[in-house]
Amino acid sequence: MTTTKSKVVYSPVFTDGAEFRIPTFKLLKQDGKLYKSAKAPDLDKDKALRIYRAMVTTRILDERMLAAQRQGRLSFYMQCTGEEAAVIGSAAALDDGDMIMAQYREQGALAYRGFTIDEFMNQLFGNEMDYGKGRQMPVHYGSKKLNYMTISSPLATQIPQAAGYAYGQKLRGEGLCTVTYFGEGAASEGDFHAALNMAAVHRVPVIFLCRNNGYAISTPAAEQFAADGVAPRAYGYKMDVIRVDGNDILAMYQATQEARKLAVEHNRPVLIEAMSYRLAAHSSSDDPSGYRSKDEEAVWREKDPILRMRLWLESKKWWSEDDEKQLQENMRREVLETMKRAQKRPPPPLESLVSDVYDEVPPALAEQFDKLKAHIRRYPDEYPKSAEHAKGGA
Amino acid sequence: MTKMNMLQAINNALDTAMAENERVLCFGEDVGVFGGVFRATSNLQQKYGKARCFNTPLVEQGIIGFANGLAAQGSVPVAEIQFADYIFPAFDQIVNESAKFRYRSGNLFDVGGLTIRAPYGGGIAGGLYHSQSPEAYFAHTPGLKIVVPRNPHQAKGLLLAAIHDPNPTLFFEPKRLYRASVGEVPDEDYRLPLGEAEVTKEGTDVTILGWGAQMEVIDQAVERAEKDGISCEVIDLRTILPWDVETVANSVFKTGRLVVTHEAPLTGGFAGEIAATIQERCFLYLESPIARVTGMDTPFPLVLEKEHLPNHLKVYEAIRASVEF
Repeated sequence: MTTTKSKVVYSPVFTDGAEFRIPTFKLLKQDGKLYKSAKAPDLDKDKALRIYRAMVTTRILDERMLAAQRQGRLSFYMQCTGEEAAVIGSAAALDDGDMIMAQYREQGALAYRGFTIDEFMNQLFGNEMDYGKGRQMPVHYGSKKLNYMTISSPLATQIPQAAGYAYGQKLRGEGLCTVTYFGEGAASEGDFHAALNMAAVHRVPVIFLCRNNGYAISTPAAEQFAADGVAPRAYGYKMDVIRVDGNDILAMYQATQEARKLAVEHNRPVLIEAMSYRLAAHSSSDDPSGYRSKDEEAVWREKDPILRMRLWLESKKWWSEDDEKQLQENMRREVLETMKRAQKRPPPPLESLVSDVYDEVPPALAEQFDKLKAHIRRYPDEYPKSAEHAKGGA
Repeated sequence: MTKMNMLQAINNALDTAMAENERVLCFGEDVGVFGGVFRATSNLQQKYGKARCFNTPLVEQGIIGFANGLAAQGSVPVAEIQFADYIFPAFDQIVNESAKFRYRSGNLFDVGGLTIRAPYGGGIAGGLYHSQSPEAYFAHTPGLKIVVPRNPHQAKGLLLAAIHDPNPTLFFEPKRLYRASVGEVPDEDYRLPLGEAEVTKEGTDVTILGWGAQMEVIDQAVERAEKDGISCEVIDLRTILPWDVETVANSVFKTGRLVVTHEAPLTGGFAGEIAATIQERCFLYLESPIARVTGMDTPFPLVLEKEHLPNHLKVYEAIRASVEF
């Protein structure tokens, strides 16, 4: 039995989906003024400033930490630069109890939820206060209390997990949803397609938020897919979809607010395609000059999402030159001071090498650990991070 | 006590778990109203509703990704992969996600509630893709537990233990025994320990180790060997990961000889891991080389399945060779 109720034709008719061109939703122009027929969403001053501060925090954190990586203080870093509105505008439209399952470039959402600079730094330096116990590369943040799932490097694995997480939320009747972030490159992975189909079939309160930032490391979107972006795929799964100017904080906020209503109130999963640009390199290990032009980057630098929001805030008289100066100075100082503190904290204890593999350390692993400690005790100078911890035990 | 075959025991375990905890969910391909292609989930949708027992689209990576998310959320998903041969699209979700969820988050998050059920093994004329035993691939992944039952009583007790265990667990079911293995099964909830092997028969001359459907093969081989006057000790490993080194080593200290048998191919099979560990532990006690009786290093065949499999005659020969070394 087929579920397709289609009209019958008696000669071969092919279609290419061209009739489904998806428009782009925008509200705010680059000069901070609304488009003529646009209406600003319901966003009060406190929330607008919380959003703006998170954007500036993210930008400054990214600048400073990339510099720290270049100075050799940090092994690796990834910037969100250029995509702050796409990430923070959407996160701000959620309930703080909603689960966020991100890819790795969404530190802005975490900053918005209140992750402190100290918490960022502890993860980046993998010190004894890192929640992840120094096990993952920098930027793999996670926070239980802020409902931010710990980042996993393999691409797109979080997308079907988000569908499952949201299904659990639906069964619990919590009135909450899950939002999962991913790039347009990750949307080529099988997990993306599996997730959208399962979410649509099981009517799951999940928002799939694709940051179409133009590049998957060096591969441009034009070499990632032949279609008009990622958004049209939603039709194939019978899912609500919207394409948004990802550098437009108000459009991102409103689109996500509406998407959340569809998800939570009507159990309709939604795909949002946020059109933006990865202004920075893929990571501190990447050099974009090998695959794109300075001119292209300059065009997008003109579309800076943070400046666009600042101009809007100033037009509302909610923000001034002085406020900006103060925020910039305070943030820069806090980032530097906090970084110095975090860098000095000791590494996680040696025991964290074997804990959390299972709920309890199994006997064979405990034996391996005892052997390791005995080995370290024989060569303490070779293992400065753990020689002290290796003293106890067998 | 009720007389059940292995499928009925598994169905009964799922029923027991779902009745006790509303957060237990069963899903997979054809798992819903049809009750699964082997009927392991029969009547569960009728009894607990479509929200808790349901069909999924035909996408193994999606099933396990979905299950990982549910487990992270606090639900207790029991996901079915229709045949263990089809688990590989979900390999990334199992190996990179389920297994590492707790470790990578520093125990902020875990998917301990996850159980993945999959029928495995040959002997049913299933050819390449309905016969494989993939346990060794997963045994190379710290963070997972792998459990294989040998009969209905074990199946219910071990599956309930897997569902309640706070770690992600793969539960491989010997499908050749689904209807062939029948026995008395307690009606109530009971759990058999994970990570503990069971000595199913005591003996003094040689230790024979296996799991799952291979235990029946071992029993036949041992019957023959004992007629020759060889006293065999038989161990069902039950949990492949993390495995019970102590019970196996203690047996080999006593017998001085070990034969390990599994259906999966020889090279890279889990018997190699057992042999390496036991020779380290028991080197000075060994009277003969540790023998491995396994499937051959070929894809799983069809017409020549009997020739390929480590049947009771091959196990019997290995026992004789070990004792006569």
